[in-house]
Formats: sequence, C-alpha cells, structure tokens
Amino acid sequence: MPTFFEKKQVVTPGDLVAEGDYIAGENTYKANNKVFASRIGIIDYENKKINVVALKAFYAPRAGDIVIGTITEVGFNGWTVDINGPYIAILRASDVLSRPFKPQKDDLPQVLDTGDLIVAKIVSYDRTHDPQLTVSEPGLGKITRGEIIKITPTKIPRVIGRQGSMISMIKQETGCNVILGLNGVILVTGKSVEEEQLAIMAIRKIDEESHTSGLTDRITQMLKEEKAKREENENESKTRKTDR
Amino acid sequence: MAEVITKVKQKQIAQLIAKGTRIDGRGLTDHREIRIEQGIIERAEGSARVLLGKTEVLAGTKIELGEPFPDTPNEGVLTVNAELVPLASPGFEPGPPDENSIELARIVDRGIRESKMIDTEKLCIEPGKKVFVVFVDVYVLNHDGNLIDASTLAAVAALLSTKMPNYEIEDDEVKIKAGYTQLPVRRHPIEITIARIGDKLVVDPGLEEEQIMDARITVSIDDDSNVCAVQKGKSGYFTPEQVLEAAKLARDKSEEVRKQLKW
Amino acid sequence: MNPKPEKLIDKKGFRLDGRKHDELRSIKLEVGVLSNADGSAYIEQGKNKILAAVYGPREVHPKHLTLNDRMLLRCRYHMAPFSVQERKSPAPSRREIELSKVMREALEPAIFLEYYPRTGVDIFVEVLQADGGTRCASLTAAALALADAGIPMRDLVAACAAGKADDQIVLDLMDEEDKLGSADVPVALMPNLNAITLLQMDGILTLEEFDQAVKLALDGCKLIYDLQKEALKTKYGTVKETEAEE
Repeated sequence: MPTFFEKKQVVTPGDLVAEGDYIAGENTYKANNKVFASRIGIIDYENKKINVVALKAFYAPRAGDIVIGTITEVGFNGWTVDINGPYIAILRASDVLSRPFKPQKDDLPQVLDTGDLIVAKIVSYDRTHDPQLTVSEPGLGKITRGEIIKITPTKIPRVIGRQGSMISMIKQETGCNVILGLNGVILVTGKSVEEEQLAIMAIRKIDEESHTSGLTDRITQMLKEEKAKREENENESKTRKTDR
Repeated sequence: MAEVITKVKQKQIAQLIAKGTRIDGRGLTDHREIRIEQGIIERAEGSARVLLGKTEVLAGTKIELGEPFPDTPNEGVLTVNAELVPLASPGFEPGPPDENSIELARIVDRGIRESKMIDTEKLCIEPGKKVFVVFVDVYVLNHDGNLIDASTLAAVAALLSTKMPNYEIEDDEVKIKAGYTQLPVRRHPIEITIARIGDKLVVDPGLEEEQIMDARITVSIDDDSNVCAVQKGKSGYFTPEQVLEAAKLARDKSEEVRKQLKW
Repeated sequence: MNPKPEKLIDKKGFRLDGRKHDELRSIKLEVGVLSNADGSAYIEQGKNKILAAVYGPREVHPKHLTLNDRMLLRCRYHMAPFSVQERKSPAPSRREIELSKVMREALEPAIFLEYYPRTGVDIFVEVLQADGGTRCASLTAAALALADAGIPMRDLVAACAAGKADDQIVLDLMDEEDKLGSADVPVALMPNLNAITLLQMDGILTLEEFDQAVKLALDGCKLIYDLQKEALKTKYGTVKETEAEE
C-alpha cells in the first residue's frame, strides 16, 4: 500500500498522498481508493489515518469551541458576533441577562454594544443554522482590557504546544494572561503594554514558523533576549537620568 | 432556474441512461424531431422557426446600413443576439440579457462566424465607409432543453432565407432600389450538443436531462466535417477520451442532420 | 499600431517570439500578493499580467442568493481599459460576461462546495495587460488564489491553450497568433483527476487537428500545474532555516 509523501512534507490540493487501505483524515479526501490532499499543508500519519495539517485555512465552527468575537450588530433580542470565519454567530439576550429578555426594561447596547469584544463558547452549530454563542460560563464575557491578535486558526494548537508547554512558557516569560480563541483570535492581558508586546511577538513568530522544529526553544530564547535588551535600555536611560 | 426536478425522477433518468435509453424512449444518440419553417415573419429580411422536440426558437434577421469595423474595412458586419424571453420558461425573468443568453448568442455566433457561413466581403458597399450590417436575433419561445442546437438551426435557417435589398450609389449616397438578392451563403454550420450523464454521452439533451447532466459540450461542424467551434458548459467535467468521443459523435450526427435538411 | 506579420512561423520552425511549436511562454507566478483578499495570486505569461483575488467563504450578499446546501461561487473576469491596444470601456462586455461564466464553470468542479453551505466565495480576476490566452492565465491564477484562501479543493485547475498558426498546431498562443492564426483551443484541467473543466474552440480544424490541439494543450496544462505547485510551496513551504540556526 504505497504512500507518496513523507511525514512533514508539504502537499498542495490534489496531491496524491496514498493509495490503498487508508483513512482520509483532516484536509484530505478519498476517491477511487486513493487519498488526496484538499488543502496546502503538512502530512501527518496517524497509523492508517492521513491528516494534512493545513498551513492556511479559515475557521470552521464546532460546538464547544471557545472563541473570541466582536459584536457587529445589536439586534432586537440579541447580538450578531463576528467570529473571524465564514459564519456569523448569534448571542441571544436571554443568555447574557440570565433571564428572559424584556424589551422595555432591558437596553441591549448598555450591556454589549457594537465593537465590544467577548470571549464566548459555541453552544450549537450545524449545517442549517448559524453558530449560537453563550457567555454564561465562568471565564466568558465582555473583554475590557488587553490586546487582540489574529493568527491562522490552524496554528492555535502550536501556540498551545505539547501538553500546553508553549503557552505556559509564554505566560511565564511575559507575565501575561493569554486566552486562545479556537477561531484564531487571541487575547493577551499583561500588567504593562511592554509585556503584552512581548507575548504578541512570540505568538506572531509561532504563526510564521509553526511548521518548523525546535520552536519552543527558539521562542524561549527570543523572549529571554528581548527582555534582556529591554532591561538594558531601561538601565541606560536610568543612568542617563542620574548623570544630569 | 426551471422547476425543481424531484430526486425520484433524477434517479429514474440516470438509471435509464445507464442502461442505454432515455425517458422519452430515444436512444442515447438520437435527436428529437426537427421541424423548420422559413420566411414566416414578412417584416424581417429573413426568418425561421425551429421546433426541436418541444423546444421552440424563432430567429429573425434585419439588414441595415452601417460602417465596417476599422480592422476589416472590406467586410460587412454580422451580429447575433439571443433573448430568453420570460414566456419561454418559468425560470426566465424579464431584464437585460444575463450570462445564459449572452453565452447562447455567442456560441451560435461562433459557429456561423468561424465556419465563414456568410461571405462578408459581399456585404461591402464602399470599403471603409458603408457596409451591410446583418442582425440575427434569436428568440427562444419555449424551453424544453438544448436551446443551443435549436437556436443555431433557427439562426442558420433564417440567414438562408434572408434577402438583401438591391442598391445603387448615386452622388456618394446609397440608394435602395427595388428587388432583392439572396444573402450570399457559403457554408451551413450545424451545432450538436452532447450531455455527459454519469459516464454516458447523450445527444440533444431534453430539459430534465439538462437538469441532471454533469456537463455539456457543443461542437459546431461545417459542410466539410471540420470543427469550427466548441464550448464545454456547466460545472462538471469531461475526460480527454470523452472529449474526442463527443467530437466524433457530433460530426456523425451533424452529417445526419445535414442530409435531413439538405444543407 | 503594428503591421501584420507575413508569417507566424519561420522556415526554421521558430515562432514570432522565438519559440518552437510546443513551448510555453515564460511564466511567473506569485501567491499571496494582496493583503485584504482572503487569497490572491499574480501571473505573468508572455506579456499577460493578471491579478486574481478570492474573498470568502463569507456571507452571501444579496441574501436571497444564498444556497442552503452549498457554497455559492461567483466569478468576475474583467479587463482594465489600458490592458489592450485600443482602450476598452470599463463596462463589462459580452465577452467578459461569457468568460466569467465559463471560468466559474471551470473552477466549480474543483471546490468542495458542500462543505460550507450558506456561504459565498467571490473570485475576481483583473487583466492588467493582455497578450493572448487571458482566460487560461486567469484560471491558473484563480486556482492558486482559491488554494491561498484555504478553500478545500479536489485539485488545482491548470489552464493552457493550443491553436493553429500557419499550418502548425502550436502551444500557448501569443496575441498575434490568437488574432491571425486559424484556431484557438483553450483548455483547463484538474490533472490528478484527468478532468477537463474548460474547453472551447474557435477557428477551423479537422477532427484530427482538434484532437492534436487538445492533447498539446493538456500537455501544457500539466507543465503549468507543476509551476502552480512550486508557487504554493514557495509561499507556504519555506522553512526559515536561517532563523533556526540562530
């Protein structure tokens, strides 16, 4: 049963990956006993299952996903939310207010207005209707501070790292809290803008080099170097001040 | 576009075709009956009404005086337009020509133009200044499938029946005289449209067959069995072998039609 | 205005631009050239300069066009007024409308439309400079733009034309050959599936010549397919080795 690509090789849509008794996994399809790639990505073999880890894909919603979205419209009994994907999500007023919505009493824009950012969970989604969101679980709700960065959704697992190793390292090195939306939107909250910038730099680098090896070490190295550089600059400006 | 065809019917049509017959009893390579009447619109310089099964198309030609195109100063002008008028099908809406009627007009035009059916030099009155402009307007009156072949038959038949006015040049002006000359025609292109349904090729698809077909290919053949225009249509595909098979089939069918119409 | 050349192919078998009958023009492909589009690609083929962009999948506007069970694909082929010898009006011509339709029908079979129902994908092609074979070059770029947008596809679509110049069947017609030659056969192919998704012809060819031209065009498509894959790998496949060494 032949395979035509090795693990970690880059494939393009239409590339014949394998022929025979294989299972078509992520970003592949099977036709005439052959498994083809359907997106640009990197081959990954999981026993008989062939996956292509996409290097470019948009976010496809799944029930249970944590996402970060922007309110785009205040409707009469809820909000429309942009979750960085082809489908617009809906957040019902009753979910936020934790009780039935009373149009005369409740002024929706006061609760959440156009432009507000929220961390939410997808409650339901299927082929016939748009994703429904909820914010009524702990850790979810309106975002009041921090910085947002968007990366390709398929890279989020890389930002998490094996057993959370990458994300824990970033949090530790930068002192920031990081919330990862599975839709590719990430919220970074630190005690200072500089710390947030560091975390963002690290995340951007992961986005660009996600398919390379030794990434965790390189990022750790980079963060340490950046922090050292910044400390130096700080000390320099301090010394200059005292010289006057 | 047209009414939704039920899944049951779709399956039925596909199964029959896989076995080699069609819902109206035809063989896979059989045409529906072709009937042509010419000269039915007296106000037009030429006209023809074609019935291909129940598909009905009317074509009329009008001749006007005009200027030649700058890169062909010695040639007259031929222009083909098609209208999918609303009364022809529940799926046709009033309005300017959409992509379907534009494609239809251009496929019909291509067959006529590339086969050099009309000797356009004979339409020239004064080189660079005055020529005859031949307008061919294709009017689809009832859509029961295969508008392309029916429209081509109608356009060609209308051109065959077209009479050009006699003229003389007096004091640098073109004056129309009494009497007419037949439009100078050299070739008679015939277009054959073939649908791919499953892995079978089906000639002259009817309306329901068009709704389930994977793709269609139209081949225009001239009097010497040359290919002068081809258009693959619809969002499916053909294998290279099917393309050659379809071209051969079109050539054979066009010979049959040519014999029948005595073109 | 250039004078018409007497012959398109000289006695030694060289065409006006020095090519032999089965040679492609020089092709340059670049993926991901526009920052706003979800996917994009740029092609230069001969003197053709064409930009393709993809927006989507996204909500369909106007809403009533939304399809419940699949993605809606729309395609707009458009030529810039300065792209051709004599200025072309920016309003869509009948030719552009037909080509937009024919191109959409050439790309649809490659896309898994059923995966994302109720969404739309818009493909925009702008011909900045035209030199014969624009629909094929446009398709080649559009397919790359679709892949660049992360839209799941069965295969890329590669397109190339063949034709007849003087008495020879030749590959990849340039502008003069397109205008003065006796036939033009544009073809688009999904190479791994052996599926022809665009096929047109105008001119006069015997059945044998038509068959020859189609086969030659298919060879051209396969060569172009390799260039497409290379272009995608150039954008997505580079491992930043230098940084890894730090």
